[in-house]
Amino acid sequence: MTDPKTLYDKIWDAHLVSEDDDGTALLYIDRHLVHEVTSPQAFEGLRMAGRKVRAPEKTIAVPDHNVPTTLDREKGIENEESRIQVEALDKNAREFGIHYYPVNDVRQGIVHIVGPEQGWTLPGMTVVCGDSHTATHGAFGALAHGIGTSEVEHVLATQTLIQKKSKNMKVEITGRLQPGVTAKDLTLAVIGATGTAGGTGHVIEYCGEAIRGLSMEGRMTVCNMAIEGGARAGLIAPDDTTFEYVRGRPHAPRGAQWEAALAWWKTLYTDEGAHFDKVVTLKGEDIAPVVTWGTSPEDVLPITASVPAPEDFEGGKVDAVRRALDYMGLTPGMKLTDIAVDTVFIGSCTNGRIEDLRAVAEIVRGRKIKEGMRAMIVPGSGLVRAQAEEEGLAAIFEEAGFEWRLAGCSMCLAMNPDQLAPGERCAATSNRNFEGRQGKGGRTHLVSPQMAAAAALTGRLTDVRDLL
Amino acid sequence: MEKFDKLTGVAAPMPLVNIDTDMIIPKQFLKTIKRSGLGVHLFDEMRYLDDGSPNPDFVLNKPAYRDARILVAGDNFGCGSSREHAPWALLDFGIRCVISTSFADIFYNNCFKNGILPIVLPREDVDKLMDDARRGANAVITVDLERQEIHGPDGGTLHFDLDPFKKHCLLNGLDDISLTLEKAKAIDDFEQKATRARPWV
Repeated sequence: MTDPKTLYDKIWDAHLVSEDDDGTALLYIDRHLVHEVTSPQAFEGLRMAGRKVRAPEKTIAVPDHNVPTTLDREKGIENEESRIQVEALDKNAREFGIHYYPVNDVRQGIVHIVGPEQGWTLPGMTVVCGDSHTATHGAFGALAHGIGTSEVEHVLATQTLIQKKSKNMKVEITGRLQPGVTAKDLTLAVIGATGTAGGTGHVIEYCGEAIRGLSMEGRMTVCNMAIEGGARAGLIAPDDTTFEYVRGRPHAPRGAQWEAALAWWKTLYTDEGAHFDKVVTLKGEDIAPVVTWGTSPEDVLPITASVPAPEDFEGGKVDAVRRALDYMGLTPGMKLTDIAVDTVFIGSCTNGRIEDLRAVAEIVRGRKIKEGMRAMIVPGSGLVRAQAEEEGLAAIFEEAGFEWRLAGCSMCLAMNPDQLAPGERCAATSNRNFEGRQGKGGRTHLVSPQMAAAAALTGRLTDVRDLL
Repeated sequence: MEKFDKLTGVAAPMPLVNIDTDMIIPKQFLKTIKRSGLGVHLFDEMRYLDDGSPNPDFVLNKPAYRDARILVAGDNFGCGSSREHAPWALLDFGIRCVISTSFADIFYNNCFKNGILPIVLPREDVDKLMDDARRGANAVITVDLERQEIHGPDGGTLHFDLDPFKKHCLLNGLDDISLTLEKAKAIDDFEQKATRARPWV
């Protein structure tokens, strides 16, 4: 009898091309997703070495970081460097013959939303992208790593990645989430508990009743932020929820191949008694709607709490918190619900999917955003946008006073014109609250889509449960 | 990739924890399609004042550290995005070694692809080197990769651990792709086998 294996062990073993005595392994890559920011130097490297893309049929590219999200997008990209970067992707995709969704394709969007939407991401696969939020695809029970540009070039040339196996970490969320509490609150609460380095060197498997109860959209939100907890990847074992989401997608298997795939996918779970190097357990019932108050995703508190003081922390974190409070313009002891925001950003690979938009619509239906508030909703893909329009969500957003944008990464990292000005304060559904992340001097509070919607209505960080 | 064997230079102290990749190289500089020229933008938002002039309080702007070759940094250095622009910017500035108690995984890997040596040490050793680094130009440190040793300004020696394969590649300036292509047969064999087992992929 073989030793019990974790889900990570099983996917790893199924993709192992070779392994040296010291544990350095070559892992086969099933899907390589590419965007315009981290790929130009990799394609240039191939060109200079006279190399080809080894598996263009497994390589999918889409521009997302630099693209304008305003409705006049067809006018082109004003910023010259941004335009050159997108044009470089156009050219590289054509020259190397890889799958491509250009800016004007309705299927264009954030790479981590497009992959699952088109059925490129399937259970049990290895997926890489030159982007840390590749972790998103782990929601399907796919081993998904963010990689650097040198590794992008390596995968383009060899369809493999040099890896050492990570350790196994289990994050179990027992019980159920309370009303008003979402996958975003869950994943932020985990980072609050483990810290941003809590997962370093590990692949996290999320499990437990609260995880099982999440939709695929919610699971993607959870895995998306595994990287914010420092993990190499996040995983959720596939189940009927997964299979139903995948079935019928453009690049999902069909007919006999579907049946064969399904049979294998159903073996993708952690065996009873498998070893985890680290285990973290949270009770679903204990998780409240949360916000971040600082400049690290680990700076998380329930919305009912107050801004902490540097002295509440230890070691190097004391100075970091002092710096963060200064940057964020906050005083210890002030209630989080007293923090006024002037901007609301709803979107990103963390929360730019249809379910997120439906949740926002539930909160803002028939209501108006606070006067003077800049509030934008940026769907994760052109198809999410189309669906939101079909379901009448877009009309609700516009009625409430939101800007309804085209798909892209937008203000999550502000490489396109969607940025915060110095001192502006934003409730954002994105994934990073780092200094300058949404624009130099901009202040970011990470929240769920529901909480962002609530903040847009009241003009301050707000407990969404008061509006339900 | 430039080989790394022995490095002697001034070490700059950056004790802040969780220095993220947005701090190392903000996103407005990711629009380049080249690898070079990013050194001037390294730590941009901390390094320059709003009018674009150098911030005199920032460590790398102080005369003693302008030619620093080594960083001694707080916990979890390089957390955040996968941008290889972070090590490109460090390298272009002249930093070839970063020492901390811990690094984010992707940043750590990216360093080795660019001839930069990230060294993980226990907290007491990092604290000691941080104190040395605070002494500026008087505190030259030597990093000996072959022997896996750091020689401090006062004659002390610290040992560090490192993955043997990563060490080998760094010492010899080896390109990963060439090494992997030597295993082309194994990749072909795997691909055939995997296509039979999982034809839907």
